[in-house]
Amino acid sequence: MDRLRGQVIVAGTASGAVLYATQPLSFWGGYDAASGRITDTHHPLAGETAAGAALVLPATRGSSTTTAVLLEAIRRETAPAALITRGVDAFLALACVVGQEMYGRSPALVCVSEDDFRRLADWPRLEVADRALIRVDG
Amino acid sequence: MSGGSDTVRLSPFDRALLAGEEGEAPKLAMRILARMAEVRGAESMLDIEAAHIDSTIYVGDAGLEFAERLASLGARVRVPSTLNVSGLDEFHWQEWSVPPEWAEKSARQMRAYDSMGTIPTWTCAPYQGRQTPRFGQQVAWGESNAVAFANSVIGARTERYPDLLDICCAITGRAPAVGLHLDENRLATRVLRLRGIPEELAAADDFYPVLGHLLGPFAEDDPVAIAGLPVIPEEDQLKALGAAAASSGAVALFHIPGVTPEAPTLADALGGREPVAVLDVGLPEMRAARRELTTHDEGALDMVVLGSPHFSFGEFGKLAALLRERGPERTLPEEGGCDLVVTTSRAVRDLAERAGLLEPLHAFGGRLMVDTCVLATPMTPGTTRRLMTNSAKYAWYSPGLLGSAVAFGSLAECVESARRGRVVRDPGPWD
Repeated sequence: MDRLRGQVIVAGTASGAVLYATQPLSFWGGYDAASGRITDTHHPLAGETAAGAALVLPATRGSSTTTAVLLEAIRRETAPAALITRGVDAFLALACVVGQEMYGRSPALVCVSEDDFRRLADWPRLEVADRALIRVDG
Repeated sequence: MSGGSDTVRLSPFDRALLAGEEGEAPKLAMRILARMAEVRGAESMLDIEAAHIDSTIYVGDAGLEFAERLASLGARVRVPSTLNVSGLDEFHWQEWSVPPEWAEKSARQMRAYDSMGTIPTWTCAPYQGRQTPRFGQQVAWGESNAVAFANSVIGARTERYPDLLDICCAITGRAPAVGLHLDENRLATRVLRLRGIPEELAAADDFYPVLGHLLGPFAEDDPVAIAGLPVIPEEDQLKALGAAAASSGAVALFHIPGVTPEAPTLADALGGREPVAVLDVGLPEMRAARRELTTHDEGALDMVVLGSPHFSFGEFGKLAALLRERGPERTLPEEGGCDLVVTTSRAVRDLAERAGLLEPLHAFGGRLMVDTCVLATPMTPGTTRRLMTNSAKYAWYSPGLLGSAVAFGSLAECVESARRGRVVRDPGPWD
């Protein structure tokens, strides 16, 4: 079984289909909190529904408003189930921390190393459990 | 969630805030800050002298609820804190297709931040007003373009502050001591090297948004130096460069040897080290990047929009000159022409008005929007599908936020296109 460990920023039990990209994403102008879809036309995941998925991104880019958009998605329950980043992304981390503070919920947020990030490219689904990422096939 | 941290060295003041000795709002703000300091691996917190609050933009009820929670706890800022754009032009929103519910909620969010003792600048270009930080000052700024300007052009020290955290810093006067707050992290590690750029092109306003657009993906979020620029850029050009680079990438600090304050020379910008990456950029790369900012290059336009970041006094001067040059003759919107909209701050609008710089715009039938911008308020009706702009930031975000096609061009191209109601090209020094 494929299993890897990362730095757990926000713990949680979550599972979802893997949406993987090597390009960073701005949630402002890139994530529709009403539908949970990725809308950044510059991004390879444009058009995908990330609500309930395991969204794997190197980091965010650009706008400071990314945090407010993710918090809005957490409020509306249109956020990804899990967020996996390459290294710590403070913008996503903040939205998750404030999501817990305001609404008592948050996506699981895990940071992984560059090598582990690449391994996730061909995972169809993953589960966050017991401070680890577990590959789920089928 | 734990209230404190095992790894961050909190000061007695930080611990007093955490314990609620200064009230509930600083307690909540410090709890979030201490948790983020831990996430970032900070060893300690530091004092800040000012803040710029981006949390003011209404994007949904969550941000509003956060603002009203802080306000209801009696939050007051401890340092001078300017406000970024809101989700509403309070005095003119009825002229646009802004839904009343949006207007009501945006206005509530504005009142919540007003109540905290902030400075109601309502602008994404606070560095062109009176509340500008000084070189070396520790500040906590949100708004990606403002962060790039504060660090790069002024030499103030700020991380890229996300919405919700900027206000926590302002309420506590504290920030995690990480990243660009610390001198050792401010040296460039990458170099974008311009090769064979004609002076005439490097002097053109539309060179800088294009350069920034290229800089973003190359720099990622590392400090970056730009070498080989054959001219000394103006303030508005540096502003356009930073805004573009903070849209296509996460650039928070760029150095230009001989121009920006931390880079007398390229070696100084690099701290004497070898860069980890060098990108050579010549005319072909610049032309390709300029084309990339355009998704709609011919035919009719619905709107020409200027002012992201907010139009400055100097930019109003240039616009007025261009409009005066050719007179007010144009194809009107009702005859198949398009709108001309300029977004700016209340303060700059007032100055431009007193200087007579708005008359040509009014004569043309152009419209002003203050406190906000076309990306932050739902002012464009569903029929506004084809935009033109001289802002790389508008060009970058409009397709995702407004679902519109966009043409990028120089200010002169934008004015001529607004006059004709369709995309008009005059490549000038790009030829």
